[in-house]
Parts: sequence; C-alpha cells; structure tokens
Amino acid sequence: MNAPAYNFAYLDEQTKRMIRRAILKAVAIPGYQVPFASREMPMPYGWGTGGVQVTAAILGPDDVLKVIDQGSDDTTNAISIRKFFAKTAGVATTTATTEATVIQTRHRIPEAPLHAGQVLVYQVPIPEPLRFLEPRETETRRMHALAEYGLMHVKLYEDIARFGHIATSYAYPVKVNARYVMDPSPTPKFDNPKMGNCPALQLFGAGREKRIYAIPPHTTVVSLDFEDHPFTPYRFDAPCALCGAGDAYLDEIVTDDNGSRMFVCSDTDYCESRQAAGHRGSESAAPHKERAHG
Amino acid sequence: MYVAVKGGERAIENAHRLMAHERRGDRDVPEVSLAQISEQLALAVDRVMSEGSLYDRELAALAVKQARGDLIEAIFLVRAFRATLPRFGASEPVDTGRMRVARRISSTFKDIPGGQILGPTFDYTHRLLDPQLGEGFLPEQPARSEAADAATPRVTDILGRDGLIEPSPQQDADTPVGDLTRAPLNFPAERDLRLQNLARADEGFLLAMGYSTQRGYGRNHPFAGEIRFGEVEVEFFAEDVGFAVPLGAIALTECQMVNQFKGSATEPPCFTRGYGLAFGQSERKTMSMALVDRSLRARELGEEVLAPAQDEEFVMSHSDNVQATGFVEHLKLPHYVDFQSELGLLRKLRKEFAESADRAEPLQEAAE
Amino acid sequence: MADVQRETQCDQPLLVAEGLSKSYGRLAACRDVSFTLYPGEVLAIVGESGSGKTTLLQMLSAQLASSAGHVSYRMRDGVLRDLNSLGEAERRFLFRTDWGYVRQDPAQGLRMAVSAGANVGERLMAVGWSHYGRIRDAASSWLERVEIDTARIDDAPRTYSGGMRQRLQIARNLVTEPRLVFMDEPTGGLDVSVQARLLDLMRNLVSELGLAAIVVTHDLAVARLLSHRVMVMKGGEVIETGLTDQVLDDPHEPYTQLLVSSILPP
Repeated sequence: MNAPAYNFAYLDEQTKRMIRRAILKAVAIPGYQVPFASREMPMPYGWGTGGVQVTAAILGPDDVLKVIDQGSDDTTNAISIRKFFAKTAGVATTTATTEATVIQTRHRIPEAPLHAGQVLVYQVPIPEPLRFLEPRETETRRMHALAEYGLMHVKLYEDIARFGHIATSYAYPVKVNARYVMDPSPTPKFDNPKMGNCPALQLFGAGREKRIYAIPPHTTVVSLDFEDHPFTPYRFDAPCALCGAGDAYLDEIVTDDNGSRMFVCSDTDYCESRQAAGHRGSESAAPHKERAHG
Repeated sequence: MYVAVKGGERAIENAHRLMAHERRGDRDVPEVSLAQISEQLALAVDRVMSEGSLYDRELAALAVKQARGDLIEAIFLVRAFRATLPRFGASEPVDTGRMRVARRISSTFKDIPGGQILGPTFDYTHRLLDPQLGEGFLPEQPARSEAADAATPRVTDILGRDGLIEPSPQQDADTPVGDLTRAPLNFPAERDLRLQNLARADEGFLLAMGYSTQRGYGRNHPFAGEIRFGEVEVEFFAEDVGFAVPLGAIALTECQMVNQFKGSATEPPCFTRGYGLAFGQSERKTMSMALVDRSLRARELGEEVLAPAQDEEFVMSHSDNVQATGFVEHLKLPHYVDFQSELGLLRKLRKEFAESADRAEPLQEAAE
Repeated sequence: MADVQRETQCDQPLLVAEGLSKSYGRLAACRDVSFTLYPGEVLAIVGESGSGKTTLLQMLSAQLASSAGHVSYRMRDGVLRDLNSLGEAERRFLFRTDWGYVRQDPAQGLRMAVSAGANVGERLMAVGWSHYGRIRDAASSWLERVEIDTARIDDAPRTYSGGMRQRLQIARNLVTEPRLVFMDEPTGGLDVSVQARLLDLMRNLVSELGLAAIVVTHDLAVARLLSHRVMVMKGGEVIETGLTDQVLDDPHEPYTQLLVSSILPP
C-alpha cells in the first residue's frame, strides 16, 4: 500500500481549476448559486467542506489564514480546519483579523472592518434561501432565473401577521446587486449590514449541496423587509462584560445553575484586542489568564 | 471571575489519543488483521467497496478496522481516499454475460440454460445462533468437481429474443456517460446518473425505498428475472497497443428485475426492467437498487409520479450516506451564535405576549 | 387608465383560438376548435366529462401544448401575440397578472397552509408591492368583496369551508385586476345553495370589473347564469355554438337538446 502524496492545500490542480472557474462565474453574477462538483474531503459533509474547498482553491504560499467558528479561533472545528491547512499548505496562520488575507468563517462575520485584498470565505449548510418554502430544486432554480420571489415575501408577511415581526433571526435573506435573493449562511441578522458595500471579497461554499456563490467588493446587499416593517439589526441590552464593547455580537454564558448569566463578545480576537488596548467591561479585573483544561 | 475557555487544541489531541486507545481495546486480546477482516467479514468489506466506490479489498478492510466496524465511517474513509486518486480513464463495459458464476438464480422460470446454481448463500439457513462458530471452528471442505462448461445466457436476453421484455434502454453512443463525482448533479437526471447514484447509495435507504414499492407506494410488480454473482474480467483499452488489455477480475453481483408490462398506442405491451449492480456479494443491495431503478423510470415510462420511491429528486438527494451522516452529525458542532439570536427573538415575542395579556386583563375585569 | 384602455380595445379581440387540436396517440381529445373572445365577454364551454373541454381550457391557458392550431392573446400593450411565441418568463408573468385561473378544487389553487391575507397578497408582492400595511389593506378589501369576514384574514384556508375557499381563490386571482379569467368547474363539489351564492358573486364581479372569462362546466345552469355565449362540446369537437339564451332555449343539435332536457327543474 502506498501512502498518498498530497498537493499544496490538499486538492489537485485540476480540482482547484474547476473550483476557481465556479468562483469566477459566481463573482460575475453576484448572489447566484453556481453548481460545482464538490469533492469528498477528509472532513464530513456539513462540517465545512465547501468553505475548505474554496479556501484550498484560492490559497497561495504567501497567504495568511485565519479560521473562526462562532466568531472564535479556538472552537474545535476552527482548530481542526486551521490545522488541516497548516499541515497541507504550510501557510502562516493568525488569529488577528486585520493581519489575515484569507478568513474562513462559520456563522459570524468578524467585528473588525475588513479591507481591500482580504477574502472572507463562508461555510454554508443550505445555500438555497427558498429551500424551506419550496423543497424542489427544479422549482427554486426556475424561481431564481425568473426573479420570482413572491414566495419569500409571503413568508415574511406571514411572520408579521403571526408574530408582529419578521421571525427570522439568522440566515436572514438578502437581495444582492438588486437581482438575486441569497442566503448569507447562518450568520445572525446582526451581521447582515456588514455584507453590503464591503471592501473585501466574500465567497460562499456549500460542499454537500455543491454550490458556490459570491459577493464582489462594494456590492449592494439589502436585507428583505417591508417598507413599514424595515429590517432592524438585533441589539443587545448590555455591553461585553470583558471589554465593554457596545457594538459587538455577544455570547450568553451561563455561569451557575441559578440562572446567572454573562454576555461576552463572540469575536474572541476583537475582544482580546480591545482588552489589550485597555478597554474593560464590568467583569474583568485583569487580562484573562489561560486556564489549563485536562 | 469568568475566564474564557481555551485549550480546544489540547482537547482534540487528547480525544484522538483516547479514541485510538479504545479502538485497540483490551491489549491482551489479539489485534485483528486486515486479512481476517477481508476473509471472515467479507460482506462488510464488499459493502464498503460498493458504497465507497472503490474496488480494493485491502483498503476497504483497513477502513473497516480504522472505523472500528462502523461501516458508514469506513465508507467515508474510502471515498475520501478515492477523491485523491488520479484517473487514467474508463474501462470497457464489463460483460456480466461472461461471468464465472458462483451463484445464479432466477425466480421467473423453474429451470434455465446453465441451471439454477444456489452457490454460497444464507438463503434457506435457519437463523439460529450457532455457538460452534465461537472459537476454533473448522467447517468441512465443500465437495469439488469440474465445472460444466455450460453457457449461462441472461434470462432477460432470453425474454428479449421474443420481444417480451423492453430492450435495455440505450443512450446515444456519442453521448459521454455522466459522472456525478466530476460534475454537479442537475435534475431531471438521466438513467446513467441515476444508476451511478444508486450504486453508491446507502443499502438501508434503498432497502426501505424498494420495500415501500412492494407495499404499494408505486407498485411495479417485480419478479427477480436473474441474480448472478461471480467474477468478471475488467478490460482497459490501451491507446499504445490499440486493443483492450485485461486488468484483472472483480467480483460482482447483478440483479435484473422483470417488472410491470407497458405498451402504448403504437407499441405492443412488454415487460419493463430494473437493474442493480454492486461489488462483491451484495444481493440485498442489488435487488433494492433494481426495484428503485425501475421506480425512478416512472417519468420516462409515462407513469404518474406519486410515491417517494418514484420521486427522483427525493431519492437521489438523500441516498448518499456520507452526505447524510455529515449533515445529521454536524448538529454536534457549536450553534450557539444562532441559538443566541433565536433566544433573543423568543424573549422579545414572549415579552410582547405578556404585555398584551396584561393589557387585556383590565378589560375583562371591567366586563365582570 | 385601465378603463380607458378597455374601452378603446373593446372592438379588438382579446383571445383568438384557431384550429386547436390535441391528440394522444390515436386518441383525439380535442379537434379543430376555433373562436374569438372579446373583452368583457364570458364564454361557457359545456359538455359532459370526456368531451375535451378541460383539455381545451388547458391549451387556451398555455398549460398544455397543442398538437395543432394556435392561441393568440392581446397583451396590455395592444399587441396580439401567439402564446407559443412567449418565453417562459412572459408566460408565467401573464399567468400571475393579466390572467386568472380558478380551479374546481380550491385547495389546488391556494396555499392551504398560509393565511388568507398572504394568499391574496402574494400576487401583489410578486409584482413588487413592499408595504405590509397596504398589502394587508388590499387583501382585506378583497376579502370583503368576495363576502369573507375580514376577521378571518389571518386564518389559513385549511380552516375555511368549501364555499369560502372558492371565494378566496377568486379573490387571489382577481387582486391584480386580470382581463381574462379561466374557470374550470368553479362550482363543482359545492352544495346547491352555496353554488347559487357563488354564482351571483361571480356574475357581479365579472360585470363590475369588465372581465372576460372562459368557463368550463357540465352544468347548463352555470352557463345560463354567467355566460354571454356558449360552446357545446362532444367527443372533442364543438357541435354547437351561439348566444347562451338562444342555444339553451332553442337547441339545434340532438345532443344539445338532450343536455338541455336533462336539466332538473329547480
């Protein structure tokens, strides 16, 4: 039995070319889902294979890679994916958003504003925004082609009729470049405004569903709503307990079984940078120490 | 004071080490060898090769061992390995008519040219757990004799000679055969892609789908025209020499179902077909595959599509167990950011609900 | 504006069918049907089951390709277009805006799990209405118009009676002020008293809105009440055609006479 020898960033050059062609098409048609022949990867479908294939196709030896999941560099899947690229591509990795050239993310957009030259690669489970309204791929494809989005608005109307609000809190659908309705991946609607007119390139990879889509830099991205029920991003009641940030998405930490709770920045790099710069929240006395876990 | 949890990397390393330890189990117990798995758990290896889409007994046995016996995990390992292999091209279509049959049966005729050969099978065994198989059991050698050189023509070819069964649906010779591992799948899909999808499909899923057709969800009156198991030569057309060279033999199971007859205004009625093919001895898989293949031909045969097993998009989108397990198990990944959003929304709605209930109460009191 | 357009186009045909035929192998479901429909005119196609009337309706509404013949429709810009020459996008747009299609089983023509308001508002949202309050008001006023209690606007049609569902389907179809409505046995499956009320409503709406309509029915009473002209079909062919009252009061063909004589007295 011969041990296989892996190409730079795991994928063979043929496959990378195929993926890049799909990426180019996606960039040329903002928000349109381009089908691609997703490969079997060494991690399971649903665990980021789409994002990994996009990253593997665009990574070069001089890139600096950051990988986050739920906004944190230290969650298990982010670590696993970062190690994968460290091993198969040998690229430099970082936790600092501002220093990265490629950022692969699951479910969050970093708080620090992105700049030109950066690429944000999103991991997408279900690329089709209409999927839960219309399960048939043949029909949703037609709806996108003919820009027939009435069904999407029916859903929003129903939410308001039933709850008084649009009841979507994450994966909130958007209209890209005034043409295609797109699912931004399960990022909280809090992050939606960051997608519009962004200086960085945003790429979306869905491995299991075999679709790639893109938002080129400085493209209009509008969250769907009604004139009299406009999109409002979610607001937290209190700032981060560690760094005091009032404009960041917060994780709720349950601290005991009596219902005590604490709210802390989901974006670990953002929080740590702010603390390093001297910002403090109500719960921090000194910069946090690493605690050893067995 | 709250301290952010760190050390995910250490945790993963420890988890992997612990898993490898568990996989080995009690070190006083002898380690299982790949040869033992390939020989004595042959049907597990056959399934991993079929659904992993790679014919290599040793690799499949390694996958079974590495996966601790979890066959879907083993299939995943094989698929991931296959994705890294270079392709040289496509073989010539294998001729199952020239199979060296080890087993060959037909339920449509009592006797057939070449005979009904039971071969090695669980069929007709009594399912009584046999403690003799526990340790150190040596079965008696089977009797040996010269194989009769009788031809074993396909039952479906026999029916076909009289026009009683539709000819095997042919594609245009110039159209390349589709490959869903190379190009994204689009619906509606033609039969070449459907059969490829079914060949790689989860056996349990196909079994349930096939079973549903027998119970009335899209009934197509199947008869097992023929099931044969044995070795076939694989040949590859080598450009340099200008003819097909044999690469070796592989074990295959083939099932031809004979189904509900069909005619039209311009054609006399005849039986229709369903087809199944798998690596190794995989009868349940090939029979289920043939039932579902026939079921998915509903559209091209002008039948009403009513049942799940006839729904091409439903069957083909959910048949791949590697995709399925990936997505089902991905629920173990952290989802707390989205959960936080949902919590926020829910709390808001509950607050509004309580406020409107408070406003309603004073009115009720007034009414009383 | 719409009324002015209608008046000036009143003398121009709205829909023209020429030599429409449909066959399945050796079976001719529909043979050589031709007629012209004018704005504001209601045509009834009557016949028993198997007469080919539903096949004809499907061809007229571009849901079924004909084996022979043409259907032309005058678009809002005044141009008469062969339906076959329309792209899929145009055809679907037409179906959602300028045309209505009322099915015999309202469950087939409604989104049963979605509220009445959303059912009526969908077409408006599909053509770009983006103000929830205004969509809801439009839906509400249409519910009133089809005599559904507006308090039920947030209920799903799953909770409605058969007659209410049918009236909701009508509202859903009329909200974009179509010029032509196709109806396939619109009162089939409803109680007699419910039918009578529904027919009254339909007759009033058609006349108020100046709609043209093609109504397929086996029930001559429906034809009598709703239509100006009637076409009698048998075995895929049109055997008699003319003004409704004339045909029903003085049928010429033996088959028509048979149909007329079998209407039960009320």
